[in-house]
Amino acid sequence: MQSEVIMAGFGGQGIMLIGKILAYAGMEEGKEVSWLPSYGPEMRGGTANCTVVLSDQPIGSPVVDSPFGLVVLNRPSLDRFAPNLKRNGILIINKSLIDVLSPREDVDTVYIPCNDIAMECGTGKAANMVALGAYIGRSQIVKLETVYEQIKSQFSGNQKLISLNMAALKKGYDLSKKDQTSV
Amino acid sequence: MAKKLMKGCEALGEAAIQAGCLHFFGYPITPQTEVPEYLSRRLPEVGGVYVQAESEVAASNMIYGCAAAGVRVFTSSSSPGISLMAEAVSYMAGSQLPVVIVNIVRGGPGLGGILPAQSDYWQATRGIGHGDFRVIVLAPSTVQEAADLMIEAFDLADQYRNPVMIIGDGIIGQMMEPVEFKKREKKQLPEKIWAASGAKGRAANKIHSLFLDPVKLEQHNIFLKKKYDEVEKNEQRFELYNTEKPYDLLIVAYGTMARICKTSIALLQEENISIGLARPISLYPYPYKAIQEAARKAKQVLVVELSMGQMIDDVRLAVEGQRPVHFYGRSGGMVPSPEEVCRELKRILAQKT
Amino acid sequence: MEAIFSRPKAMSSTITHYCPGCTHGIIHRLIGELLDEYNLKEKTVGVAPVGCAVLAYNYLDVDFIEAAHGRAPAVATGVKRGRPDLFVFTYQGDGDLASIGMGEIIHAANRGEKISVVFVNNAIYGMTGGQMAPTTLPQQVTSTCPQGRDVQTAGFPIRMAELLSSLQTDSFIARVSSHSPRNVIEAKKVLKRAFGYQVSGRCFTLVEFLSTCPTNWGLPPKKATEWLEQNMIPYYPLGIFKTPEEGKVK
Repeated sequence: MQSEVIMAGFGGQGIMLIGKILAYAGMEEGKEVSWLPSYGPEMRGGTANCTVVLSDQPIGSPVVDSPFGLVVLNRPSLDRFAPNLKRNGILIINKSLIDVLSPREDVDTVYIPCNDIAMECGTGKAANMVALGAYIGRSQIVKLETVYEQIKSQFSGNQKLISLNMAALKKGYDLSKKDQTSV
Repeated sequence: MAKKLMKGCEALGEAAIQAGCLHFFGYPITPQTEVPEYLSRRLPEVGGVYVQAESEVAASNMIYGCAAAGVRVFTSSSSPGISLMAEAVSYMAGSQLPVVIVNIVRGGPGLGGILPAQSDYWQATRGIGHGDFRVIVLAPSTVQEAADLMIEAFDLADQYRNPVMIIGDGIIGQMMEPVEFKKREKKQLPEKIWAASGAKGRAANKIHSLFLDPVKLEQHNIFLKKKYDEVEKNEQRFELYNTEKPYDLLIVAYGTMARICKTSIALLQEENISIGLARPISLYPYPYKAIQEAARKAKQVLVVELSMGQMIDDVRLAVEGQRPVHFYGRSGGMVPSPEEVCRELKRILAQKT
Repeated sequence: MEAIFSRPKAMSSTITHYCPGCTHGIIHRLIGELLDEYNLKEKTVGVAPVGCAVLAYNYLDVDFIEAAHGRAPAVATGVKRGRPDLFVFTYQGDGDLASIGMGEIIHAANRGEKISVVFVNNAIYGMTGGQMAPTTLPQQVTSTCPQGRDVQTAGFPIRMAELLSSLQTDSFIARVSSHSPRNVIEAKKVLKRAFGYQVSGRCFTLVEFLSTCPTNWGLPPKKATEWLEQNMIPYYPLGIFKTPEEGKVK
């Protein structure tokens, strides 16, 4: 069983971080994992994406054309990656910044206002965690508790950031369980 | 040590430390900058030495000096930087110095790009610099394998008194995968009695590659050749995948490209198309015999590379015209998906052979 | 009988290949004497250049590394960083240090590598047979500036001691000459001071030696020493340019 997800957005939205947290969580649960970043000359403000593969077999290609999951935090990412998503895959759309509908009818699309929910939690910067929570909730690819542990170690020592990010993750997780398939 | 999720570049740096290499001289260049970044943080913690050189030219000559003094040392760079190191690599091969050089390959020629490529195969396997010499070249395809080969590289360098290159594409350098540094047995290696480390109680040692007398230089070249013959006899490394059952076609690919091909093979398996894979791990010495034997079991061979076709030369040498050898490659930082390779495989299989 | 003069222990008995009247041999001997005086023979690593002194490793009986052209300061950096307990010096000519190796010398000095550099400036390329060097004087004739060095196209000769002493990092930088007994005695004092700074782990040290090249200057040895005195010293003033105690002094 192998599951791939591409996470994409602006540079600075914390895309790489949520990819890493998912990869760490997968590793903690005994899965084979790979995390592959896009890398380019721009350090901030450009497009950023990463591919995370979780599998119970050694991973072949870390390069994935058509993933099972897609988490998009901005519009250009939706336009670029949605067409290749696998049939019956999962698509998480950040409704706060993307004002169009999914171009795909053969996938499970979940609309989550990530930035707005993150603001409710205390900072818009945690929009990435809301999106990650939503993806985990919908896919059940790893346990919520495992991800909590990873957030604790990523923000080691900063209790405020830990609780804030955990809250954002949980909100995304819970929302994805409810029907969010229409705008 | 527990499993840790690490970028390939960081794993290479940590592996060097685990191998007892506490000296690094380097220069930043994408996509390997995480190697110097990691070591600039990590080496001081373990009592090691990190120096940011003024150029790759200087970095490669610093490792020349450090290795000549009998100290384990390595450097890391990416394609354009390796070209600048060509001079020192030649001197180090000529002076028989054990060093490890990492090349996280990016697209070329010239300044090229910064995305993954395998277009330095010719440069790496044909000696890198001027003169009659060889560099042992190892090509990992996972982050764990990168760490394992890196540790082994230091032993090989010491054993043969020769530069060893770890060659990976940008994906190997940038990707994160779990790595485990296992406890390993220390290998028995020859003492470095040749080192320039102060002539205490012995005659002075001279580290040089200058032989103005042609008779002596020829003798030196014959000596080196014998060493390379030993390397070719003892150090061929490769992996065969999906070759237990009969297969219609053999793919030959290395590094990240081999992994992508493994997924292609799995996808075609679902359609009852059987493909074998031979993955050279040592690019020098090249596993000619293993490739030839694997090729003989197939009707045809496909070489897949992140280049316009470089390793294909060695595959043709291995196959010796006994099977048709096809090529598929992407270049400049473009990386084919498993599906793309599947399409190519189907196209070849549909052709009349 | 009492021996009052003998070969330094740090020198081998190999006869040098240097031309008559060339002062490389004298400079080698100064190094040999000082390695003896500081008792460094068993902990020294020398780095040889590409140039006339390429075979220096045959003449000094200490561990030696032959560097690629210009790269000696980088090689020495590698040795010293790997084995800080060793005494490490480079021996470089003007083409090696001031032309192809300009990057390496400036950065080794700027990092404050605790090495000693013996820089021999004879205003010409010796080994390749008399071509223009970065230190060739204005109007000086060489095989690649047969009309004399034209400063409009080749620029002015580079004063390395002055250039290196402008760096902020602590160092000991001096220029001496090897053309007369008086100068040789003075040169030894200065080189001794430089080696001493390395022995005490103090700073980067460089001593520039003005040197003769009768063969490629096309002069008999005695005339060559006169030419050095009349032409080189006015352009390349002797003295100590920088010390770790006083900073830039000249």
